[in-house]
Amino acid sequence: MRLKHYPIDGRFGRFGGRYVPETLIPALEELEKAYMDARDDKDFKKDLEYYLKHYAGRPTQLYHAKNLSDAVGGAGIYLKREDLLHGGAHKINNTIGQALLARRMGKERVIAETGAGQHGVATAMACAALGLRCEIYMGAKDAERQRLNVFRMELLGAKVNRVYSGSQTLKDAINEALRDWITNVKNTYYLLGSVVGPHPYPMMVRDFQSVIGREIRKQCMNVIGGMPDAIVACVGGGSNAMGTFYEFLDSKVDLYGVEAGGHGLASKEHSATLCAGSEGVLHGMLTYLLQDENGQIMDTHSIAAGLDYPGVGPEHAFLKSIERVKYVSVTDDEAVDAFMNLAKYEGIIPALEAAHAVAYTMRIAKDYGNDASIVVTLSGRGDKDVEVVKRYLEERSSSHG
Amino acid sequence: MGSRRENPIDTRLREIMARGEHALIGYMVAGYPDERTCLDVAIAMIDGGVDILEIGIPFSDPIADGPTIQRASYIALSNGITPLKAFNIAKSIKDASDTPLVAMTYYNIVYRLGVERFIAMAKEHGIDGLIVPDLTYEEADDAIRVAHMHDMDLIFLVAPNTSDERLNMIAGVSKGFLYLVSVYGTTGERDRFYDYTTNAIRRVKGMIMGRVPLAVGFGISRKEHARVMIDAGADAIVVGSAFINLMEKSKDGKDSMLIDIRQLACELKQATRSV
Ligand SMILES: Cc1ncc(COP(=O)(O)O)c(C=O)c1O
Repeated sequence: MRLKHYPIDGRFGRFGGRYVPETLIPALEELEKAYMDARDDKDFKKDLEYYLKHYAGRPTQLYHAKNLSDAVGGAGIYLKREDLLHGGAHKINNTIGQALLARRMGKERVIAETGAGQHGVATAMACAALGLRCEIYMGAKDAERQRLNVFRMELLGAKVNRVYSGSQTLKDAINEALRDWITNVKNTYYLLGSVVGPHPYPMMVRDFQSVIGREIRKQCMNVIGGMPDAIVACVGGGSNAMGTFYEFLDSKVDLYGVEAGGHGLASKEHSATLCAGSEGVLHGMLTYLLQDENGQIMDTHSIAAGLDYPGVGPEHAFLKSIERVKYVSVTDDEAVDAFMNLAKYEGIIPALEAAHAVAYTMRIAKDYGNDASIVVTLSGRGDKDVEVVKRYLEERSSSHG
Repeated sequence: MGSRRENPIDTRLREIMARGEHALIGYMVAGYPDERTCLDVAIAMIDGGVDILEIGIPFSDPIADGPTIQRASYIALSNGITPLKAFNIAKSIKDASDTPLVAMTYYNIVYRLGVERFIAMAKEHGIDGLIVPDLTYEEADDAIRVAHMHDMDLIFLVAPNTSDERLNMIAGVSKGFLYLVSVYGTTGERDRFYDYTTNAIRRVKGMIMGRVPLAVGFGISRKEHARVMIDAGADAIVVGSAFINLMEKSKDGKDSMLIDIRQLACELKQATRSV
């Protein structure tokens, strides 16, 4: 079976599925039908292409990071520049696609969750561009930490609802968005931000993000003159990674998904779901989770807010189980070092999420040797993170001093 | 296998319906307000007239629940409640009363322990039925098979927007009773209900065709609500958040709280009795 054919009946192997309150089943069936219909529709594809090109700024460049490659030694490192998209991250690929779908379905109200605010901002942008009403759920703790992003969303016309339940972070924002959807199921479109949730979200979000991998493949022909040897992407929920990998699933290219190792896997303060988690059911899907022995979801940590999630997309769980993708982790410390190295050598400040992928690429570049090429997806730009990094460096130097 | 005894839930509902009455199902959270007091709460609810007791086993991420049950679950988890402790609470209640018990929890709690182990242990601890609001018909093959093996009534939920076709399938597999979610929304007290709720009760009742009793829940807190549901065709009503709100409001100590709980159960039971 070709890997690109999954999901089958809403499942990736045994992972995925639809574990939701019955009220949402008609909505998910309606969504699946509308999406399958839109996917094959000429006008929908034309609209999507138009907005991706003229609004979001596609295609993005594949850039040979020559200085970094030389400094590290070994394989040539190529950056897929998703950080250059409107809004500064890959998130817009998905929000444009789903907002177009919401409009096509005649839904007048869009809701979404956000952690650090990246997906919330990208959703607010797409909704503003397409004339849709938009409400964002955000954990109260996250809203406090990311006050500027709350204001950005409000500027873009979104209403931001703070969530005070549970750990007051991303997973609770998803819970609250699901509760809103259960309550307003008839007129509301839930615009999920990663390849997570009940079927058809993991498939649909992957499809919208898979433009990343398709462009990489084409650009590699021109830039490298063939297929790369390895591809690396960071994994939070897993959307930029799935969008990067999908085109290459049935090829021989080595694929690496990099999770947030936080303070190290032994510390329990991390978000490395695939590296250190166990199977379970959360947010409508069967997948890997960070949970205790009784099935309670654990608090997670990463310096990169966008990776700070106790679950992961079910397709990644599947690709891990069949060993098609290798999942690894990078600590806060290593990610910050990569953040600074990319800034110094290439004049590019990456998002801390993407810095995890860069850090791992730097780790393996030598092993691959001088003739090899490695593509790393730079999922976002790091303007949002400069303050966090500044504080981190100050604390690091004082604790070493 | 020899002929098996009737599940206590089926017996209880059959007897109540044979008298021309309707059942009151009460919901409590295991470990709320604490591990000891929740036993007294259970007894007060039963003394007041609860016919079947639903015991919530808390999950960190209860997406079908509104603020009241979220708060209670959070406190219970902070008190260190685990599935095993919840089972032990069920056993203590069963030792003190022959009221049928139904566990309600989210699928990850079941999955983590293992479907087989969870259901076998629940049964050993005197639990007769199981409600899992995020376990849909399509994902339930394992649970249905194991529940049948252990004579555990696996109770399914339907909603006002469930299609006739799905309703028919789900009514065919739900054991003990079929649980109709009365509203679009999560658990939690409501002041009023709309026509779509009573319309849904009538439609579901018609689709069931006597295969299984119909319970209606989510939002019911007063005897007037109970009457409306029963008049539309409900065989049983489920009340949860109203009891927990009472406990949260109670300021005059445990004894008066227990009296309030018994009183509310008594009033609701009256409403399910009279015609
Ligand atoms: C720049 C960036 N990269 C990566 C992620 C992680 O999400 P995913 O794993 O779905 O790509 C986020 C999430 O907010 C992000 O903002």
